[in-house]
Amino acid sequence: MSLYAKFASLAETYRGLAQSGHNPFKVAIDRVLSPTEAIIDNRPTLMVGTNNYLGLTFDPECVEAAVAALHEEGTGTTGSRIANGSYAAHRQLEDALAAFFGRRHCMVFSTGYQANLGMISTLAGPNDHLIIDADCHASIYDGCRLGGAKVTRFRHNEADDLDRRLRRLPEDGGARLIIAEGIYSMLGDRAPLAAFVEVKRRHGAYLMVDEAHSMGVLGRTGRGLAEEADVEADVDFVVGTFSKSLGAVGGFCVSDHDEFDVLRVACRPYMFTASLPPSTMASVLKALEVLVRRPELRTRLMGNARALHDGLSWRGFVVGPQISPVVAVQLRDVATAIQFWSALLENGVYVNLALPPATPNGIALLRCSISAAHTRPQIRRIVEVFEHVGEKLGVLKVRQAAAV
Amino acid sequence: MTLLNEPPYGGEAFAGAPSFMTETYQQIVGTIGELLTGATKGRFKIDEATLLKRDLNLDSLAEMDLLMMLEDRFDVSISLNHLPEIQTVRDLAMAIDRIKKEAA
Repeated sequence: MSLYAKFASLAETYRGLAQSGHNPFKVAIDRVLSPTEAIIDNRPTLMVGTNNYLGLTFDPECVEAAVAALHEEGTGTTGSRIANGSYAAHRQLEDALAAFFGRRHCMVFSTGYQANLGMISTLAGPNDHLIIDADCHASIYDGCRLGGAKVTRFRHNEADDLDRRLRRLPEDGGARLIIAEGIYSMLGDRAPLAAFVEVKRRHGAYLMVDEAHSMGVLGRTGRGLAEEADVEADVDFVVGTFSKSLGAVGGFCVSDHDEFDVLRVACRPYMFTASLPPSTMASVLKALEVLVRRPELRTRLMGNARALHDGLSWRGFVVGPQISPVVAVQLRDVATAIQFWSALLENGVYVNLALPPATPNGIALLRCSISAAHTRPQIRRIVEVFEHVGEKLGVLKVRQAAAV
Repeated sequence: MTLLNEPPYGGEAFAGAPSFMTETYQQIVGTIGELLTGATKGRFKIDEATLLKRDLNLDSLAEMDLLMMLEDRFDVSISLNHLPEIQTVRDLAMAIDRIKKEAA
């Protein structure tokens, strides 16, 4: 029996996508020009699917900090913090993040995926319960499996459902950790955190919020949805990433618990992987500083998000209910979505194609993520191209006819 | 004719059910059958031996959603950790039967 036999149907789908013109899993970005532009297939392309919310990937201060660290401390740490030691920068970055979130403790991880994998699998053991929003990211699901805790899903964003499922759990003495996200990556919607906090208190549970898409985006000072909802004191753990608003790679968790530090010698995805390289830490540290110093980036981001959201919905596209830097256009079926996505690319607009089962409720999405770095003419261009392709494929005509 | 139009859980479909099973177990099987028939729009003939993944093409998300519906239907907590052991409708019904008895 071949090791690959179990992938037969997946392989067939994969081949099918390749034949449809452009393979969404094989997009080659030949050259990146700026936070919003790249060359794909020899064509100048507007990048509208990068999660580069504050547009800091080419920020001169961040680049300069990374270059200086590269010269001073070399290309990599070549080992893990537990076995090979921490650099001063690891501690500096952790202190800076703890200070930013107003928390006592912070651990940084080599990727955002590992932050979820490590924190969730270590905090919740086989006798504990994890109660997670059904639409949580794959890294949260994988963290749940790795630790062996008992896992229950609740209906997306429904506090009553969360309450009901907590009530049904057996009284077995296990701890209970609820997990939700600040902004959900597929539809761009937010968790009803104030309602979740009430439920959490009633059941004596812990609460973790993944602010991967909301850090630097939401909240008065950019700390995310917990800040915006004014419930930070009731959030036990905030996890996040450096690969979105901070423009690099890596992840973190902050908390106020006295016992937090012991996780450094218990958390395997933290212990057994090479630590973040000096250049990455330097650019992240600088990006955090820029995030704090330039709140106008957040204002510009939300203005751009509104412009894209309104532009697309006025032209008859089905987008999410909330203004968010993730603007997801819903299409009626997978085949249309693939065709639409290919046509956008041919017209110089790159977005993310998101298909079931990676999407909720089996919907097909063209997922746009907007940046503070997008200009208004760029946003107008994105909307024009969507409209042009939508009319060509009959997507808009059908919608307008239905509206009459 | 679809399964929706006929009594899906008549006697002969379950002739092979172990005799120690209680009526409650049979009711659980019936409920699972109804939910699956609805979810798959009656395209499949579903009995206790039906394989969720292979016969019904349920992907991982659909399996998890099915558990969620069953939790609500029976007012119990069925953790995702049961999924690796559940291949057939029978496995699923037996797991729920056990959980119901433990919770009682």
